[in-house]
Amino acid sequence: MAIVKTDRHPDLPPPASQTGVVGWLRENLFSSPLNIILTIIAAFIAWEALSTFLSYTLIHANFAGETKADCTDTGACWVFIKARFGQDMYGFYPPEERWRVDVGYVLAAIGLFFVLSDFVKNKKWPAIYLFGFVPVACFFLFHGGYFGLEVVETSQWGGLFLTLVLASVSIFVALPLGIVLALGRRSDMPIVRMMCVGFIELIRGVPLITVLFMASVMLPLFLPEGVNFDKLIRALVGMSLFSAAYMAEVVRGGLQAIPKGQMEAAKSLGLGYWKAMGLIVLPQALKIAIPSIVNTFIGLFKDTTLVLIIGLLDLLSIIKAGTTDKNWIGTATEGYVFVAAVFWVFCFSMSRYSIWLENKLHTGHKR
Amino acid sequence: MTTDVQSHGAGGNVFRDPRVRAVVYQAIVIVLFVAFVLYIGHNTAHNLEKRGIASGFGFLGQPAGFGIGIVLFMDYSNQTSTHLDVLIIGIINTLVVSFTGIFFATLIGFIAGILRLSKNWIVNKMAAVYIEVVRNIPLLVQLFFWYFAVLAVLPTVRDSHQIGSSIFVNNRGVSFPGIIPSEGFWLIPVALLVAIVLCVFVARWARKRQEATGQLFPVFWTWVGLVILLPVIGAAIMGFPFTIAYPDFGKFSIHGGWSLEPEFLSLLLGLSIYTGAFIAEIVRSGINSVSFGQTEAAHSLGLRPRLTTRLVILPQALRVIVPPLTSQYLNLIKNSSLATAIGYADITALFAGTSLNQTGQAIECIFITMLFYLSISLLISMFMNWYNKHISLVER
Repeated sequence: MAIVKTDRHPDLPPPASQTGVVGWLRENLFSSPLNIILTIIAAFIAWEALSTFLSYTLIHANFAGETKADCTDTGACWVFIKARFGQDMYGFYPPEERWRVDVGYVLAAIGLFFVLSDFVKNKKWPAIYLFGFVPVACFFLFHGGYFGLEVVETSQWGGLFLTLVLASVSIFVALPLGIVLALGRRSDMPIVRMMCVGFIELIRGVPLITVLFMASVMLPLFLPEGVNFDKLIRALVGMSLFSAAYMAEVVRGGLQAIPKGQMEAAKSLGLGYWKAMGLIVLPQALKIAIPSIVNTFIGLFKDTTLVLIIGLLDLLSIIKAGTTDKNWIGTATEGYVFVAAVFWVFCFSMSRYSIWLENKLHTGHKR
Repeated sequence: MTTDVQSHGAGGNVFRDPRVRAVVYQAIVIVLFVAFVLYIGHNTAHNLEKRGIASGFGFLGQPAGFGIGIVLFMDYSNQTSTHLDVLIIGIINTLVVSFTGIFFATLIGFIAGILRLSKNWIVNKMAAVYIEVVRNIPLLVQLFFWYFAVLAVLPTVRDSHQIGSSIFVNNRGVSFPGIIPSEGFWLIPVALLVAIVLCVFVARWARKRQEATGQLFPVFWTWVGLVILLPVIGAAIMGFPFTIAYPDFGKFSIHGGWSLEPEFLSLLLGLSIYTGAFIAEIVRSGINSVSFGQTEAAHSLGLRPRLTTRLVILPQALRVIVPPLTSQYLNLIKNSSLATAIGYADITALFAGTSLNQTGQAIECIFITMLFYLSISLLISMFMNWYNKHISLVER
């Protein structure tokens, strides 16, 4: 008599220790003795850091009240931020005129949404709106003097508003200037090339502070007597030139990635240099360079804090001034944690956007 | 018969020739540039005259007459020292904070970058949080945080934290025992230098021997031995030519020993933690760029994991890591100019700040400061290019 099993035995389930939560834990946290020790140490540090952070910022923090005296608990005194919030956001912009800044934000946000998102495929009109209409409208809104709007001098601008103005104007100037410099650097004309290389390398070799010092101290010396820019414009000149040099290198990277054949093909079709560049090469190069352009912009956005050193009242300087106010002694930690959080939110979302864009644009090479 | 089509173009118009056009364009650019420079020069000369500022570098010899917080390796007096001394002190202070910063940033960056690649989930995520938090907050905010929020709220001198018996931490910095050299101290650094040179030779010899005979030599432990032993022997020959000064805990201040000022500490902390996060990302992407097939191939050849990392992964990863690492080092040096904001006496704060304000020689001061940063940038990129060539792929 033979025992023959004719039907296939059903698959056994995988061992319980290798699937599910237990399996994941074994694989990722407790795979070897060294790993177990690491996990325990890391978990301890993470727990300590997280509980300290949460108890400071939330659990034992003070939210209610008007003055420093209302902060009785051990944690952060967010009353400090709450009491001065208007100033932190708009600087010394007159409170009754602050709606103008908000309208500007809304106009820019609409444009940004349509240019950056995927909802509209043809970006021509959103781009014209964002880069053509919005800057002009914002200038009239923010500065005033026309259409019955009261003039608000730039010395009254401040806070997060000034930070955003600095960053957006600099990028708005730096991008076209950077493209011109990059084209100049790759030009066949030796003198043009030398001048562009000289400018780019000079600016990239020195710190932003010295460029800002130069703009604030030396620019008045360079101009004819009587011509005087206000401080904001001087800072903007410095920041724009500085970021243009970095932008030029990013664009050059994009240009170098385009095969020579594209230019040759364009020329063989009878296009001149500018048409071939503008219609064939640059659109492809800029598309490749977009993630790096966003990264440069993040750097530029963080660098706007340096205007504090030449005496502009951006978000960081307003907060710093607040922490030295005699009514708010001992609020340095709250102030800087708040500034850090604001910048972090902006920069982190930009860097996520850049990653998303990179994934979207790199369709060809991914498997 | 040949017609010279090139030089006259299709329509016979000279301007259709690209070469002629290039010359004309460049001539225009030069004329515009020269005109621009002359215009600015004229304005500047006029403005300087109007303000009564004499140009030139004569002010470097004038006495500076202000106090400086941190002076290293130099004698400085408020009365007699000149602006040139101020410049040199600024340069020394910038270099000191930059190079210590580069050291710690590299250390932090490599550790965080490797932890970011760890298979341990919690370690991996902690490294990720560090990188993402620190990279996205401006350096200046971080410096202010360390300076005004962390170091400034440390206890006063009288209630200093005491670590061990002779390290004191308070809001004026950290004091710890220092070494005061006496006669014959020179032998110790010389011995250290000799040890380092010997290390290079040992490494070369060991490599040659391994290539010839296949025998391994414990290079690393020889290095450790050399670097520790030789200076100790040197010290012993000279009869230990130094005394150790312990910080003396007085009523209002701490005398003696060595101390690190809060300005220096916060700048160092800020720079190394900030740059470390960028370096961590570079290290991670560099190691990731070596395909997993390399590891598998090395394992199949019988190399142990440690040797695989040292001989296969790292040399290939370094090729990807070094160029962006260079630019991070340069960024760190340039970012050290943020010292101005927290009062560390670097070249920007001293020379482009205080000296400039005292003498009014804006152009000269900023020119010298920029020249300093430019030359440092060029020197480091030259060195790193040489190193990069040294480790890069040898192709036919």
